[in-house]
Amino acid sequence: MFRNQYDNDSSTWSPQGRIFQVEYASEAVKQGSAVVGLKSKDHAVLVAVKRSPNELASYQKKIIRIDDHMGIAMAGLTSDARVLSNYLRTEAMRSKMVYGRALPVGRAVNAIGDKAQTNTQEYGRRPYGVGLLVIGHDDTGPHLYEFNPSGIVSEYYAYSIGSRSQSARTNLERNFETFQDMSLKELIVQGLRSLRDTLQQGKQLDALNTSIGFVGKDNKMTILDGQDTQEYLDLLDEGEAMDTE
Amino acid sequence: MDSITLKVPHTTERPAEITNYGPTTHISQPSVTGTSVVAFKYKDGIIMATDCLASYGSMARFRNETRMISVGNNTLVGMSGDTGDFQHMKHTLENLLTHEYDMDDGQNMGTRSIYKYISNIMYGRRSKIDPLWNSYVVAGVENGESFLGFVDYYGTTYQSPTIATGFGAYLAQPILRKYVEGHEDELTEEEAVRILDDCMRVLYYRDGRSFNKLRRAKVTAEGVEISEPYPLDTNWTIANYVVGYGS
Repeated sequence: MFRNQYDNDSSTWSPQGRIFQVEYASEAVKQGSAVVGLKSKDHAVLVAVKRSPNELASYQKKIIRIDDHMGIAMAGLTSDARVLSNYLRTEAMRSKMVYGRALPVGRAVNAIGDKAQTNTQEYGRRPYGVGLLVIGHDDTGPHLYEFNPSGIVSEYYAYSIGSRSQSARTNLERNFETFQDMSLKELIVQGLRSLRDTLQQGKQLDALNTSIGFVGKDNKMTILDGQDTQEYLDLLDEGEAMDTE
Repeated sequence: MDSITLKVPHTTERPAEITNYGPTTHISQPSVTGTSVVAFKYKDGIIMATDCLASYGSMARFRNETRMISVGNNTLVGMSGDTGDFQHMKHTLENLLTHEYDMDDGQNMGTRSIYKYISNIMYGRRSKIDPLWNSYVVAGVENGESFLGFVDYYGTTYQSPTIATGFGAYLAQPILRKYVEGHEDELTEEEAVRILDDCMRVLYYRDGRSFNKLRRAKVTAEGVEISEPYPLDTNWTIANYVVGYGS
């Protein structure tokens, strides 16, 4: 009767040692449009392609500010990302109120990691259907973390999640060693270059579908959308022109 | 023979109007108390002093108490008021720092964070109408910058280059205003020690709850150092001329 009797809930193991519901949730992340994160020794950057369901609709927001020192980019279920960002914002505010200091980025990500893990161990719950890239800057410098529905949290020099994100990772793996000493501008352009690799045939990055977020030692968390991204898209094109010369 | 009746001190006697039923009531009087804390900024950081006495009412009950503690790597906390409430605060802070240590992520609980945390506890307790009967002086050096802050049992806070609590606010503060303020960045450690000892000497002469056995502490970029107890040289030869002395 059941095709698979081990995938009805997220707290039952399969005999092969897998939890299918968690794997299905990870598929939801792969459905979302791609986001790329990368960092230098001073900055952390997020770039994302936004989607719009039809011509008349607006583009779905991909990058969310958590606090002056932290932001997230999401791929997957937007509503689940909103639950997590709400939680992160509350925790960031609590840290400021109680200790007068910005919430350390690693602790923030581990906190949502723990929430995601609980969903895979308690009966009657479902995993989050969203993956996040979290950037932030604290006493220990800039950070880039990945969060996913399994509750695994990892730190990266550069990473990407979402649909066709493997193409972006290939690009990042080739170049990440040069990111360390880059300026913020160069870093953003590198991010966009990787992000462009995830696009379907015939699709382009433009001011409407591109979203940029960055944070650094002297930069509060900033999100650029619309015309504000044009400057960087132009730099991306200029770079291409120079490469072909 | 008539029986002898002893009267228990007002601090331990349960007031007649407080019954064993009815609304929740809280202690509103301190019992074992420490007197002034004196602290100020100098060239290399902050210097602070407290004496070693914990009084029970006017009785010099415990003569070897320490009212300054080091919290975390670079923070010094001095206390005046109820010593029991101070023990509670010490436990709370130790807990906080233990949790921070357990995180093991290279993040440091700085002086400002500890000050904010203590302030929140003090204001929180006064809001429950169950205050911790203390004044705290929090000092530290954080990325090359000195910090000196005060919190009392109302949760009132202020930061200043010179701070004196309790009786010290009346007797030591004017001395600090004259000799420290405006010169914080020039005062050497020797000068600072001399000013501090002068303040403590004046307090010992005029504060009936003080004691001539005190500790000095300093916070610099190198960390916190709390001295062993030491006495001050005093001169009581003119005491007889003071109206009321010895009579």
